[in-house]
Amino acid sequence: MSMINYASREINCKLVYYGPGLGGKTTNLEHIYGKVSPNTRGKMISLATETERTLFFDFLPVDLGTIRGFKTRFHLYTVPGQVYYNASRKLILKGVDGIVFVADSQIERMEANVESMQNLYDNMAEYGYDVTKIPFVIQYNKRDLPNAAPVRELQEALNPGWPIEERARQKVTPDPVHVGRNLVEQIDTQWIGRAPYSEAVAIRGDGVFDTLKAVSKMVLKTLS
Amino acid sequence: MAGAASWSFSENDFQQIQAQLQAFLRESNARCALLVDRAGQLVATVGEAPQFDSTAFASLTAADFSANDQLARMIGENEFASLVHQGEKESMFLADVAKRVILVVLFDQRTTLGLVKLKGKRAVQKLTQAFEEMFKGVGTGPAAPQKGVLEGAEDEIDKLFG
Repeated sequence: MSMINYASREINCKLVYYGPGLGGKTTNLEHIYGKVSPNTRGKMISLATETERTLFFDFLPVDLGTIRGFKTRFHLYTVPGQVYYNASRKLILKGVDGIVFVADSQIERMEANVESMQNLYDNMAEYGYDVTKIPFVIQYNKRDLPNAAPVRELQEALNPGWPIEERARQKVTPDPVHVGRNLVEQIDTQWIGRAPYSEAVAIRGDGVFDTLKAVSKMVLKTLS
Repeated sequence: MAGAASWSFSENDFQQIQAQLQAFLRESNARCALLVDRAGQLVATVGEAPQFDSTAFASLTAADFSANDQLARMIGENEFASLVHQGEKESMFLADVAKRVILVVLFDQRTTLGLVKLKGKRAVQKLTQAFEEMFKGVGTGPAAPQKGVLEGAEDEIDKLFG
């Protein structure tokens, strides 16, 4: 739920990093916190257990620049990935403007990824939100590990596409990042849409800002 | 609804809200009042400037309120319309405004919880009215999207993200 304050000329948006436990959501925020100038970010809040597992959420506010005289402030949240924290995970989705799903590329975590993705769709639906119609980016993290599944397999399992019924959206839309691929295309007679994805090694910071930029841009474009 | 709707308020709305909060502070003798939206964004601050990070404070407030909302439902209540956190010296009173915003009042020994609650109740009524008018006035109910603030700014957005 972006909030536009004409008095202070600010646009505030909420981004949520979602995904299975130990997938790298908090690592994404920690990297952003470490790299962004202290002038353009606030304090990072982590509500975590003693063993540094996210208990409720992590929070990091960042300013991404000024457009049309409005400061664009993004509030980044992570959710607890562990299955049994669903009640608190759902609360964080309230008023979300954009979602990053951080998938763990390790082949052994495929089931956990699929379960978490399903859980995201379910929790969003309970608020009456539709994941396929809001800014949504998938990040395949831990690409450096030897047991990382091929992106093609991850795409098949987590981003197989959803039918596009609205005629206005039924047009071939190239993927701006992956040349030769489309985000919206017609397969046989059915129009299919997919979320854009990025590859990352969040612990080294690879792909972290690409993901943030992609989703933030999509959120701002919903206001244009 | 595809996603969460956005909402906006004008300078006039902002001044009206500030004036109401100031009146409440005078009557209750509380130190500071903040308005935070349910998604965790700070809407307004009035009174003594907080010494803490108010952005972080706002996000924690919304999470606190949402968690308590769920606890209320679990014990068979529709909601806890207000919450109190009482410390040795500093205390907080939180109350729902129009199901959309949370009023947070910080107070110390210069006043009492009773007075804050009493005056808070009236302030909440007035603020609820103001917010409901505001949503009506701009033609955006709580669920209607507010588009167009960056209309035609696609190029600028592209440039910002390189």
